Amino acid sequence: MLTLPPFEYHAPMELADALALLQKHAGKVKLIAGGTDLVPNMKHRLFMPEHVVGLKQISELNGVRGEGGFLVIGAMTSIADLARNPRVALLFPSLARAATAIAGPQLREMGTLGGNLCLDTRCVYYNQTHFWRKALGYCLKKDGTVCHVVKGGQKCVAAASNDTAPVLLTLGASVELASPNGRRAIPLEEFYVADGVANTVIEPNEILTKVRVPIPRAGLVTGYQKLRIRAAIDYPSLCVAVAAQQQADGKLEWVRMVISALGSKPHTVKRLEGFQGRALDAATIAELGQAAHRQCHPLTNINVETGWRREMIPVFVRRAFAEAMK
Amino acid sequence: MSGVVGRRLRKLDSLKKATGEAVYADDISLPRMLHAKILRSPHAHARIKKVDFARALKHPGVMGVLEGKELPGKYGIIPWTQDETALAVNKALFIGDEVAAVAAVDELAAQEALELIDVEYEVLPALVEPEAALADKANVLHEGNKHGNVTKHVDLTFGDVEAALAKSAAVVEENFFYAGSTHTPIEPHCAVAQYDGEGNLTVWSSTQIPHYVHRELSKVLGIAPARVRVIQPFLGGAFGGKSDPFSLEFVVAKLAMKLGRPVKCLFTREEVFWAHRGRHPMKMRFKVGLSKEGAIEAVDSKILIDGGAYSSFGLVTAYYSGQLLTGPYQFGTYHFDSTRVFTNKPPCGPKRGHGSVQPRFAFEVALDMAAEKLGLDPIEVRRRNFIGQNVKTVNGQQITSNGFLQALEAVEKASGWKERKGKLGYGKGLGVAGSMYISGTAYPIYPNDMPQSGIQVKLDRSGKVTIFSGASDIGQGTNSQVAYLIAEEIGCDPRDCTVVAADTDLTPVDLGAYSSRGTFMVGIACVEAGQKLWALLSQAVGEKWGVSTEQVDASWGTFRGPQVDQQMSFRDAVQLTEAKFGTLGATGSYRTEKLGGDYRGGTIGASPAYSFTAHVAEVHVDVETGQWKVQRIWAAHDCGKAINPTLVEGQIEGSVYMGFGEAAMEEMTYYPSGLHKGPSLLDYRIPTSVDTPELSAMIIESVDPKGPHGAKEAGEGPLHPVIPAISNAIYDAVGVRFTELPFYPGQLFKMLKEKKA
Ligand SMILES: Cc1cc2nc3c(=O)[nH]c(=O)nc-3n(C[C@H](O)[C@H](O)[C@H](O)COP(=O)(O)OP(=O)(O)OC[C@H]3O[C@@H](n4cnc5c(N)ncnc54)[C@H](O)[C@@H]3O)c2cc1C
Ligand code: SF4
Repeated sequence: MLTLPPFEYHAPMELADALALLQKHAGKVKLIAGGTDLVPNMKHRLFMPEHVVGLKQISELNGVRGEGGFLVIGAMTSIADLARNPRVALLFPSLARAATAIAGPQLREMGTLGGNLCLDTRCVYYNQTHFWRKALGYCLKKDGTVCHVVKGGQKCVAAASNDTAPVLLTLGASVELASPNGRRAIPLEEFYVADGVANTVIEPNEILTKVRVPIPRAGLVTGYQKLRIRAAIDYPSLCVAVAAQQQADGKLEWVRMVISALGSKPHTVKRLEGFQGRALDAATIAELGQAAHRQCHPLTNINVETGWRREMIPVFVRRAFAEAMK
Repeated sequence: MSGVVGRRLRKLDSLKKATGEAVYADDISLPRMLHAKILRSPHAHARIKKVDFARALKHPGVMGVLEGKELPGKYGIIPWTQDETALAVNKALFIGDEVAAVAAVDELAAQEALELIDVEYEVLPALVEPEAALADKANVLHEGNKHGNVTKHVDLTFGDVEAALAKSAAVVEENFFYAGSTHTPIEPHCAVAQYDGEGNLTVWSSTQIPHYVHRELSKVLGIAPARVRVIQPFLGGAFGGKSDPFSLEFVVAKLAMKLGRPVKCLFTREEVFWAHRGRHPMKMRFKVGLSKEGAIEAVDSKILIDGGAYSSFGLVTAYYSGQLLTGPYQFGTYHFDSTRVFTNKPPCGPKRGHGSVQPRFAFEVALDMAAEKLGLDPIEVRRRNFIGQNVKTVNGQQITSNGFLQALEAVEKASGWKERKGKLGYGKGLGVAGSMYISGTAYPIYPNDMPQSGIQVKLDRSGKVTIFSGASDIGQGTNSQVAYLIAEEIGCDPRDCTVVAADTDLTPVDLGAYSSRGTFMVGIACVEAGQKLWALLSQAVGEKWGVSTEQVDASWGTFRGPQVDQQMSFRDAVQLTEAKFGTLGATGSYRTEKLGGDYRGGTIGASPAYSFTAHVAEVHVDVETGQWKVQRIWAAHDCGKAINPTLVEGQIEGSVYMGFGEAAMEEMTYYPSGLHKGPSLLDYRIPTSVDTPELSAMIIESVDPKGPHGAKEAGEGPLHPVIPAISNAIYDAVGVRFTELPFYPGQLFKMLKEKKA
């Protein structure tokens, strides 16, 4: 079996204690939620923290509840709980659908929403054992100096591969980050950056505590489509999340589309303001699909043909809306 | 006689597996046991200049190290092509090839120590593609091989193929590519060795060939075979991936001998990919000629086989790629030209349906193309070419029973072929394919006149039946089969049998779980041993009742005579018999008869009995995305006689799912450097339960004259037709043909787009 590198495990009961541990062991510590991303990565020697801080015992990170006009989801809520939560299913069918599409049943029980949002970016040249990466000659995300995806590239373009991120982006969610200095809330749109080495703005001394999703008014429709070769236990080759707010007369107030699993940052499709006031009919949806297609260019960071992944964008946009309006 | 054969029974060990009680190699832990890890080459082709253990030996957990020159003896499954050493002595031949080993107090220490071994390599050009390896005369993987980078070239002709093609009404000429795939048994390879103070070596290994491991360990380590014991514990799947001797078996044995402590080595999943021995990639050119009526006049193939770095079973693979194609259809003439080439990649070997799944795919698709040219229904063309029973194939193989027509009819009916074919509308289609496979082989790998399988049975006054079986149960149920067959003969309850299996100290020799030989060969040995015991039992009981032996009957633990009051328990019967004859025991064996064509290589592919299969697949294509789904597969398999129908259905289902995975998503792919693109179960995708199609497994019983109770194989044959049946169904659905595996949806999308343009 692949071994885990040795580390000291901490299981604080309070958020403040967890933050103190992060501070104390700065540079040598990793947080662990469900561990479904971190543990394989440690076995691959992508991370070798001397200290690992578990978040399971901290009760304030758990649970889904309504708060003001928001649905607040604790970072430690398991993906399985998210997938079967009736309020989530009712308010945000696309989020429930994305959660159900993650990994397999056992991993969904272990994995958490916070862990999913903080998922390390993925690349075929990176998520491999140490021996494999050594045979390759490493790459600039870890231990090396070159990128094998963009030859001669100076920037890592490993793929954002989390299924919930694109959906929560279309829903206008924000996240709360706690640090020894207090708490800050930032829109998810500003949480992700286009850097494959670290694609979020979270600081090493911060913990993601909760996700806030505005509770929709009538007329919001949401959809999610995931392209994968295998029907379960398969990271996305392409994610398409859509959300549209319709007025009473059916006209669009706004529409959002996020395409992911292409580059390091989930791509929020730009310049959709012009769709305001239009009916969400077949012609509009086809145009939306074309808009997304124009703006997205898959990379070879995944071993699935890029041309096909791109061609699937308009198809999946259409299917996501069809599902949304069911 | 006793109604065990043919009944649906639970495997004798299934509860043990379900409850976790079963002990697998990795469950074995001995006092003072060390853990070994193997250092592997990061270069696809490199000369090893120097291995320096100085830093590794300073690691506090390290207890010992091992390098290639300490185990220089060559080994390999086929005696004529032994080209492996436990650790590279001179050159490393693929990324992942074994170079050195360490034994340490635990796995972590061993893994850390690997990083501290300094190896100086001289990197050589990597030959990754078979064409390049074939052409390169200067750069030879196995220096001194008189055929350069060729493992084996076979060129056999049966009849005047050219003339037959010339007079054919329809000729199809097409290139096919079958991508390499691997077995992915859920249990990784594991071996534990113990060397005692008396000089006896015991190796527990997750192998499907304990006998060959026994021979090779003895040879390489230089210990008399009588001092070596190989035990195969419970096995978590193999599928041909554990039918070679592997480096770890020699490494743990040598380290245990060197260090005087037991040593274990468990492969990681990645290492299972390096060990490989999976399905060979084959580039195939097929020419198939049919007469106006659809008779197969000529088949001509040229096949380039990508062997990877070592021979493994490659000599046989080269033959099997041609020799096993000549049924269930009559070929007018036949020629095949197959070349297996060494490349700097993990070695290929035997995967379920060894050597013949690839050409079967090509041929069954080509046959569909030819039928289309003639306007013939794909099932009809197959029916017209049926070779029949008790006939010789064009290449001289003797076919005995043959239930192919019934199989074809069964899938035709069950799928509603006649009513539905061509009427499902665009995007939905039906495809058919047939196949034949061996039930063991007349070729015992190393030439000898001794039995291929043996059984010993001990009976005593307790009523317990202990069966000593050399055969390897790798999950397919051989241990249960053995008990059913003995119980059938002697009238005991099969659950009163204890099967002691695959332990070279305790059990008679069996050559192993390969070539689908188990049920047939060990089965015949069981019937022989059982009949010998029955002769004694029926005599003792008959005497007691004053009736003839023919009047004594027994089943499920009860003996009965012609009178109502003549009844006794199996235990009482054994006591009578033991009193009369003394201590009870019997043996049975299977000896290969002389079979095969009268030409060089004619015995390879010769089997005492052949199984036959027919499949229909229904495929629905999502024409917008290229994604396709098998709606259902109807699989009918002629296994001669189902000793336990549930186990046969399990084998049909497992075969179909394995073939489906190869068709849909499995592929061993490499970068030009020779580095595997994703040696893990995440990147190398195999279907999950959500992916696998609905399936109807149907059993056809042709009752073979030679098989035990008429049985033939069921473990490998049913895999063959899945892949061409799916390709043919996709063509029926959308009018484009897959001639290359896997049938990626992205590729189908592209083909559909090109067709539209
Ligand atoms: C075989 C397999 C298949 C998978 N398939 C998918 C898939 O299809 N789609 C998908 O999206 N994911 C997939 N995953 C990844 C993973 O299971 C999920 O993303 C899961 O939600 C991760 O959550 P976790 O709690 O296990 O994360 P962990 O592994 O515990 O953490 C992941 C990272 O986030 C950090 N982190 C965790 N929680 C916090 C927090 N509260 N604050 C700050 N940092 C934090 C950790 O330090 C770590 O770096 C798969 C994983 C496996 C092993
Ligand atoms: S994108 Fe380039 S740098 Fe980033 S992980 Fe992949 S190969 Fe490495």
